[in-house]
Formats: sequence, structure tokens, C-alpha cells
Amino acid sequence: RFRKIIFEKQWFYLDNAIGHTYGTTFEVTSGGNLQPKQEVEETATETKEAGTDNRNIVDDGKSQKLTHDDIKALKDKGIKGQEIVQQLIENSTTFRDKTEFAQDKYIKKKKKKYEAVITIVKPSTRILSTMYYAREPGKINHLRYDTLAQMLTLGNIRAGNKMIVMETCAGLVLGAVMERMGGYGSIIQMYPGGGPVRAATSCFGFPKNFFDNLHEFPLSEVESLLSGTFSTETLPSDPEDNALAEEESNGLTDEKQTSLQETEEESAPETAMEINQTEEQDAMDINAEDVEFKENKEKENKDNVREKQRKQWERRKKLIETAALLREKNADGLIVASKFHPTPVLLALLEFVAPSRPFVVYCQYKEVNQVCYFSCYSSMSFYRCLVFCLFWVLFFLKVLPDRSHPKLTMSGGGGYLLSGITVVLDKGKSDSSNLEALKMEEPSSKRCKVQDFHC
Amino acid sequence: MSFVEYGDTIKDGDTAIVFLGHESMFPVKVQHGTVTQTKYGVIRHSTDLIGKKYGSKVTCSKGGWVFILHPTPELWTMNLPHRTQILYSTDISIITMMLELKPGSIVCESGTGSGSLSHALIRTVAPTGHLYTVEFHQQRAEKAREEFQEHGVEHLVTVTNQDVCKNGFGVSNIADAVFLDIPSPWEAIGHAKSALKAEGGRICSFSPCIEQVQRTCLAMEEYGFTEINTLEILLRVYNVRTISLQIPDLGKAAEDNSSTGTVQFKSGVPLREMVGHTGYLTFATKSLY
Repeated sequence: RFRKIIFEKQWFYLDNAIGHTYGTTFEVTSGGNLQPKQEVEETATETKEAGTDNRNIVDDGKSQKLTHDDIKALKDKGIKGQEIVQQLIENSTTFRDKTEFAQDKYIKKKKKKYEAVITIVKPSTRILSTMYYAREPGKINHLRYDTLAQMLTLGNIRAGNKMIVMETCAGLVLGAVMERMGGYGSIIQMYPGGGPVRAATSCFGFPKNFFDNLHEFPLSEVESLLSGTFSTETLPSDPEDNALAEEESNGLTDEKQTSLQETEEESAPETAMEINQTEEQDAMDINAEDVEFKENKEKENKDNVREKQRKQWERRKKLIETAALLREKNADGLIVASKFHPTPVLLALLEFVAPSRPFVVYCQYKEVNQVCYFSCYSSMSFYRCLVFCLFWVLFFLKVLPDRSHPKLTMSGGGGYLLSGITVVLDKGKSDSSNLEALKMEEPSSKRCKVQDFHC
Repeated sequence: MSFVEYGDTIKDGDTAIVFLGHESMFPVKVQHGTVTQTKYGVIRHSTDLIGKKYGSKVTCSKGGWVFILHPTPELWTMNLPHRTQILYSTDISIITMMLELKPGSIVCESGTGSGSLSHALIRTVAPTGHLYTVEFHQQRAEKAREEFQEHGVEHLVTVTNQDVCKNGFGVSNIADAVFLDIPSPWEAIGHAKSALKAEGGRICSFSPCIEQVQRTCLAMEEYGFTEINTLEILLRVYNVRTISLQIPDLGKAAEDNSSTGTVQFKSGVPLREMVGHTGYLTFATKSLY
């Protein structure tokens, strides 16, 4: 309420739009919203006079008899856009000579310019993903909406699942998954750096209970969780015990550091370079946080410190819960769509997924997914199935008799998907990961199968 | 198992997917005492399947082995017995998103056909939504009913045997979305409109021919649908291969031995044939005014 919003070079207040149904169209006046009827009568279509071709139409720049200043004057008077359009048509000498199609086109163009109408719609994956792809493709790694749709289907996203999502798409993928799960089941979001990004998720306007089963877990702790060195014992048990909590949380961050270093050393020989890079970055983030924390501590008074501690303690508590969820290693699927190299992410996170469950990896670049495919193939010995695909969408102009044709072909930019299904690790075959698997009494490594797509 | 819920182990009466290799899978109905023949030998349900985990490797009598997978609508789409031409997952996923389906949605569909889309719709709207599907072919309607029961989803779906163009969906003002895959969708637009909720909803029509699309669009406009949009989606699958290309002998100096070698690289090779066209998808919104 009373907030000014700018959209397509117009500014307006949303106050008037409250109480109307979704899908209502509004016309912008000087500042507020005016609500016109949904269907405006086609005023200009009565001009049935039309030429058949453009052989006599000469572009002399004088066909429009109204000057620039005239139009501006009309606008300043606050005349309805519709009337301006009508005036323009009446003052166009060539309008009558144009073909019917060209007339339509002319009117549409002018309408677009002078009749500013806004339709307010309910947020949904369809709307938001279309919007993000059109407006901020960089923020969602150029994930096109149809590709997102495929991910949701291939991942068999539905109510009751326990999903693992690793995304750096502003929370759009997370939101899409949440919409499909409708608040049933649980989602664990793996995040890089200091915390999960959920800018797009908040656009969905989910009810609060959708967030009850939304967990998050830092990507940088994955290795320690897998190797069993994840630290939960040293956590502060009592948030009220201020001094103790402070000490312990300090110790904790220290330990976090060391465990990080450990994981770095561990992973270095066996995994790709990319994981090192990301972990280094994470380590740096944590360092920065640590420094900031200390500085703040000096400045801030005790209340703030306590508040911070409490929040931190709560965060740790949630973290432990999430870790426990992950440790069960029975997730119903994995969705990866990030700016990072997918191979290490996939190989590590697949450990948490139960057998016979689908996974989907999005990547903007084909080559990276190829590498990912191969490393899946080689690291888990055996037969796998992956599909690796790209989608194309053709759009059609509003289909009209005699005038149907594709609007534009989008291709390439939508990114590539790699998907497959996990299976139980073959205990007969011996490879290094097998030992570990036996130790944990869990099928930790899975093979994937090729899905045949009937192409 | 159920198509709307994951189960860990295989039980009597389940539908499971037997995965033999890249291009061969088939569904089996798990039953005590039954056997299934594969090219790798026999699978005995009682001992080889029941009680095992989904995703397990099962060794057949000839020493070959297969994977047993948990059924999903996508796997079912690839394996179901065709009674009609079906919709594949590529189209299904865009339909699901564009119709804004989610748990709790009420959907109308016609015709049911082989139930490929139906399973995907049920999966998405479960556990609180419902699918009303209309099939004018009596045998197909019966068969679909049977299948839904077998797959443990009959509480989420109502199959009606009538002609949607004449008699509509049998429900009114309750649907969030309507999907039409019939030869003359323009004749059903009116019924679709009355099936949709008063406060609005989404509609989609699938047609292979552009002439059908044109008539449908006109009918939609006539009935006051807005945001009419037609699109087509194509899937491209790649084989990932290591490719080696020989370097030609250009008669370079003898000391440069590498000139006779090859260069190896990994590449995604498009399949030789791809689906060029399945159908046009026309979407529109019914809104209140």
C-alpha cells in the first residue's frame, strides 16, 4: 500500500488493485490505477475500407498529419489512450490504402504505445519462470521455462517427496519444486557460501506452512558429512548459557575451519579441480564471516550478542536436523541447477539419494554436461543411463486464419539437461567406493540407467 | 508401491519396471508364483522380486541381470501398452507447468486414450486434487479404469465414458485446468469453459495439425478466453561419445611424428533421427470479468 512501483516506464500505486480478482486488467492514469472493463470494444475495426496491396503507398514521411507537438498536447491533456489512437488513425492519409492486415498491425502498434494496460496475475511457476527468463536470465543461469518444466517432470516432483535441491537460480527452481510439492514432504536446499538465496522463492507467495519442511544445508559441509566427521557434538546445548555458548560457538567456527581444510585435502587428489575452487571460495566466505563476527562483537552491546547467539544456535540446531535428514540417505530425488561445475556436485550429492530415484542436472553448457556424463560413467563403474538433451520451443503468433506462422525459434539458450535414475550399488564388483559402502551398510553409490526417450 | 508414493521394497501386486538395457524396458505385474521371461533368462517373482529393494540388480536364470525400477509416470509413459497414440514426457511437462498444476488442482481431461498423460496429471495433483477424465471409447475407458486401480490411484481419478463434444465433462465449475486431446477440440471449448471454475482457470488443447489449431483458437476467442498462445516443443537427445579424428599427412617434415596421430575429444552427438513434430499446444486462460 502506498508504494510506488515502476513498470515499463510507467509508475503507479497498487492500492486500487486490492479486492479485484486475478487476471483483472488495469489502465494506468496519472499515478493510480483505473479499472477498465476487460474487453474493450474494438473501436477502430469499423474502418472497413482497405486497400489490397501497397503499390501506391509512398514513404514520404508526411502521411501522419498530426505533428509531434500535437500528440504531446493530447497526452498532456490526459486524453484516453484509445482516443489518441483513433486520432492518429484518422489523421493518417495512408491508413485507408493499407491492407486489412497492415491496418490491424498499425492499430496494434499504436495501442501498445498509448493504451497502457496492466494485467495483474497470480504468481506461479509459469509466470515467474517466463518472467525471469525474459528479464534476468543471468540470475537463473539462462534456465528457460520449458527446461525447468522438464526438470520438474523428469525429477518426478510431487507431494510427499524428500527432495535435495542444489541451485543458484535465485530460488526459482526451489520455488518451482515447492509449488509442485504443495507443502507435503520435505526439501533440503544445499547452498554455497553463507546462506541460501531465495529472492524468487518469495515471489511465489507461499503460505507459511510450506516453509516448515524446507531445510537448508551448506554445501561446504557435504564432504565432512559423507566422511562422518561432521561436527555436531560440540554444539552449544543451552542457548541461555551465554558465556559458554559464546566460547563454544567460537570453537565451533574454528573447527569448521579445520574440517574444511581437511575436506580440501581429502578431496584434492580424487575429485576435479572445480570442487577445490568452490570450497576455497566457501572457506573465504566463512573467514570473512568470522572476522565480521569478531568485529561486531566488540562493538555491539550484550543484548545484540545474545540475540545473535540465539539465532546462531537456532541455525545450528536446524543444521543438525538437516544433517540427520541427509544421513538417512533416502532422498527421493536430486535437482541440480547451479553456476558450479555439476560433476562434483552430482557425485557427492547422489550419495544421499535412495536407489531407483530420478536425478536431473541442468547446465547451461553442453560440454560441461558431457564431462559430467563421463565422470558419472567412469566413477561408478558400469552401465548407466543418462539422457542428455536440449529442448526447443517454437512459438506461434496468435494463430489467425491465413496468418499463422511461427513467431520465433528459441534454441540453444535454454541449456541442457542430464538425467537418470539411481540404482543399488553392485556389491559384487570391487572398487574403492565399495568398501566405504559396505562400512556404512548402505548402498552409497548408484549406477544410473539410460532412459530411452522414444526419439 | 504406488504411482503417487515411493516405496522401498517390491511387494506382491506392484507394477515394476524391468530395465534390460538402453532401449529395452518393460513393466511387470509382480505376483507370487509368476515368472517373467527376458532375453537374459527367467525372473521368478516370488524369490527374485518380492521383498527386494527397488533399484536392485536381479540376476536371471541364464546369469544375465536386469534392474528393477520403481514405477513413475515417466517410466510408465515409455512402457505402457498403447491403445492410442500417446503424449510423451516432453509435451507432458510443458503442459503441466503451463496449466499451473500442483497438489490440490482439479483437472479435466479428454480423451483418456492410453492414460499416459493421466498418470502424470494424477501424480502432480495428488494427494488432494482430482482428475476427471472422459473417454468416448467404451473399451478404452474400461481398460483405463482397470489400470488406475492396479496402480493404486483410483481414488484420485474419475473415468467417464461419454462424448465430450456432446455431453461435456460431467462436471461444472470445479476445474482449475482442462486438457483436450481430441480430433475436434473446437467443439468441446464450450464444455471446457463450463467445467472450469467460475473464477477462471487454464485450458490446453493438443492438435497435430495447424488447421485444427486455427479452428480451436477461433473457438477460444469466441468463448472469451484470453492469453491464447500456441507453442510446440521439441526434444533433442544426444549420445555422448569419445570421437577420434585422424590428422592427415600433409607431408610435414619427418621429425614431426605427431602429424600422423589422432585427436580425441568428447562430444554429444545428436541421434540420427529425432521427433520432428508431435503436436501444437494451444494454451489459454479463462478469467472472470
